[in-house]
Amino acid sequence: MNEYLVEIENERLSFFTPAGEVKALNDVTIRLREGEVLGIVGESGSGKSVTAYSLMGLTAHPGKLIGGTLDFNGHRINDMTEKEMRRMRGNEVAIIFQDPMTSLNPVYTIGNQIEEVILLHTDKKKKEARARAKELLELVGINEPEKRLKQYPHELSGGMRQRVMIAIALACEPKLLIADEPTTALDVTIQAQILELMMELKHKLGMAIIMITHDLGIVANICEKIAVMYAGRIVEYGTADEIFYDPKHEYTKGLLRSIPRLDATKHERLIPIEGTPIDMLNPPAGCPFAPRCGQCMKICLREMPPVTEFGEIHYTQCWLNQKQMMEGEAANE
Amino acid sequence: MSDKLVQVEHLKQYFSAGGLGKSKKYVKAVDDVSFHIDRGETLGLVGESGCGKTTTGRTLLRLYEPTEGRIIYDDQVIFEKMPGGKRTAADMLPYRKKMQIVFQDPYASLDPRMTVGDIVGEPIDIHKLAGSKQERYDRIIELLQRVGLNSEHANRYPHEFSGGQRQRVGIARALAVNPEFIVCDEPISALDVSIQAQVINMFEDLQEQLGLTYLFIAHDLSVVKHISNRIGVMYLGKMVELADSYELTEHSLHPYTKSLISAIPIADPEVARANKRIVLEGDVPSPLNPPSGCRFRTRCPYADEKCACEVPEWREAEKNHYVACHHLDKCN
Ligand SMILES: Nc1ncnc2c1ncn2[C@@H]1O[C@H](COP(=O)(O)OP(=O)(O)OP(=O)(O)O)[C@@H](O)[C@H]1O
Ligand SMILES: Nc1ncnc2c1ncn2[C@@H]1O[C@H](COP(=O)(O)OP(=O)(O)O)[C@@H](O)[C@H]1O
Ligand code: SF4
Ligand code: SF4
Ligand SMILES: [Mg+2]
Ligand SMILES: [Mg+2]
Repeated sequence: MNEYLVEIENERLSFFTPAGEVKALNDVTIRLREGEVLGIVGESGSGKSVTAYSLMGLTAHPGKLIGGTLDFNGHRINDMTEKEMRRMRGNEVAIIFQDPMTSLNPVYTIGNQIEEVILLHTDKKKKEARARAKELLELVGINEPEKRLKQYPHELSGGMRQRVMIAIALACEPKLLIADEPTTALDVTIQAQILELMMELKHKLGMAIIMITHDLGIVANICEKIAVMYAGRIVEYGTADEIFYDPKHEYTKGLLRSIPRLDATKHERLIPIEGTPIDMLNPPAGCPFAPRCGQCMKICLREMPPVTEFGEIHYTQCWLNQKQMMEGEAANE
Repeated sequence: MSDKLVQVEHLKQYFSAGGLGKSKKYVKAVDDVSFHIDRGETLGLVGESGCGKTTTGRTLLRLYEPTEGRIIYDDQVIFEKMPGGKRTAADMLPYRKKMQIVFQDPYASLDPRMTVGDIVGEPIDIHKLAGSKQERYDRIIELLQRVGLNSEHANRYPHEFSGGQRQRVGIARALAVNPEFIVCDEPISALDVSIQAQVINMFEDLQEQLGLTYLFIAHDLSVVKHISNRIGVMYLGKMVELADSYELTEHSLHPYTKSLISAIPIADPEVARANKRIVLEGDVPSPLNPPSGCRFRTRCPYADEKCACEVPEWREAEKNHYVACHHLDKCN
């Protein structure tokens, strides 16, 4: 049996737009074990959502998978039919989005919507489904579940709607939960409730989570592994401690330097990453971060950096790291 | 001349929310809020969505007609209406030049049909600040350079710019009239993390170069702490605590501020593992029907009967540290 629940190898995916090919994903590799929490961080447009959706077979038109293999829970996603993927979604992998309002149907009650998912994916009868819906609302910490089942989405607060979305996602006890900026639309005190809930459920149900976010605080708090994306590439991958205490890639280092910290004890000027995010329609030839990188060398402008491995898990894609690694090895010989 | 550039006393802003006569309903968006802002200082304003931050900023600029209270700008009363007293309201035109606002959404706040040069030039025209075409042009270029853009950008349209650049354009426009005071309403929330630091540094540089005073509104307490001298915390239309930035984040007195601070995920795994979080129960109540007494009582772990009956008084609990809570001894 495969030791990984998720194994994405060198995924390449492009959107063929009228203005040209947008290479949204380039050689993306991700491995995730059962019950692990992976955080994907990166700026808007870096490919976080596209990576996660492609794993569910949900690539929007005009997107196309053009290379690599995607394996999930014993399935090769590349070879699956739409029908098979539909069975897999909801059963083995579920997703929650930033804005629960867009995924809940405003004209059906909360109860109807949860039951529908249960009826679709299990062989439970109507009455059992109702009981299970109530159970799920309790599981996600919604009080007065009987009353809530009869209410419509607009009658609930944002935090409660997100709890309902989680309840729906959990209806079939998926092996993997993909959360795409699930708390961005929520207030911090409500965000804390939702993150707490997700961690509790992970421990209770043993599911793996892919958490997509731009908030480094969130990944530091709940993720074991972190993928840092920039312009459609994973520029650095490692454990939370490796990324935060031993970052190797210039973009990761820059990100960590640029955020103000709540526990700072004196005012220090922030060190921003200069420049602007790249235009994905006209990416530079070599390293996509080169135009903003303080350590840029000639080769960075010409050729894509190779993978440099620092340990079993930790790797980057950077010429400087490659050079340092080779010099280090030469020195050891 | 006092040190206080802006003084707000017992400010109320009620929005009508339907109903007639006696059953007329109000959203008490800002309800009896008092604070001041010193010359050259940055006062941060934090709190959850809908708690009244934007309304406070817009009301003190008199973009909304205040329901009640007193607003003093540079020792001049620009609005006054106290219970039983008569209403005084200054002509705002001269103040519009001194008091400016920068908005959250760099996409929606710029007219897509105007060039960036004309967007920045518009306030110059309105206030007749340039004697000639050349002078107007020079001023526009100077403003663009101040915010880190250049003359080539003047002939382009907003859609050709990134979020961070559009926010710079919005700031250049606000600076066009040489203001003294700027309300910055979530000016970096829509920007990518890697761009936020650039814009924060620019705000700091402009303040130093031009001696600006800011009211800086944001929901991200880490950012607010970084940029502000003092911070006010709002909850459901009320100011609950106000103190020096470090004092507020390290020795907060109000239970809401404490839970807000503990809810913020720190970008450091070890700190995160060690943190014991205070997770607040429940949701923010509707401002249409706020709880009686202390508005935080439905989520406060220390609430008792007194909290349900009496509105806690806004008082200076320690020097320069204001708070509204009945039971500071119990919570601290
Ligand atoms: N023009 C208006 N008419 C009616 N109600 C309003 C109006 N503007 C604001 N409100 C209400 O007043 C309250 C405070 O709103 P405000 O925009 O000041 O919140 P905020 O703290 O800035 O929130 P956010 O963080 O979401 O920007 C909210 O309940 C809001 O719905
Ligand atoms: N339906 C689409 N059509 C064309 N381009 C798309 C589409 N969806 C995403 N892209 C492009 O793919 C890239 C990655 O997008 P996405 O994964 O959504 O980014 P994020 O990291 O913000 O989640 C971006 O350049 C985006 O513009
Ligand atoms: S490859 Fe070169 S340009 Fe890219 S991050 Fe590394 S040093 Fe910088
Ligand atoms: S007044 Fe009462 S309810 Fe309000 S914060 Fe203080 S203890 Fe809590
Ligand atoms: Mg996304
Ligand atoms: Mg606002």
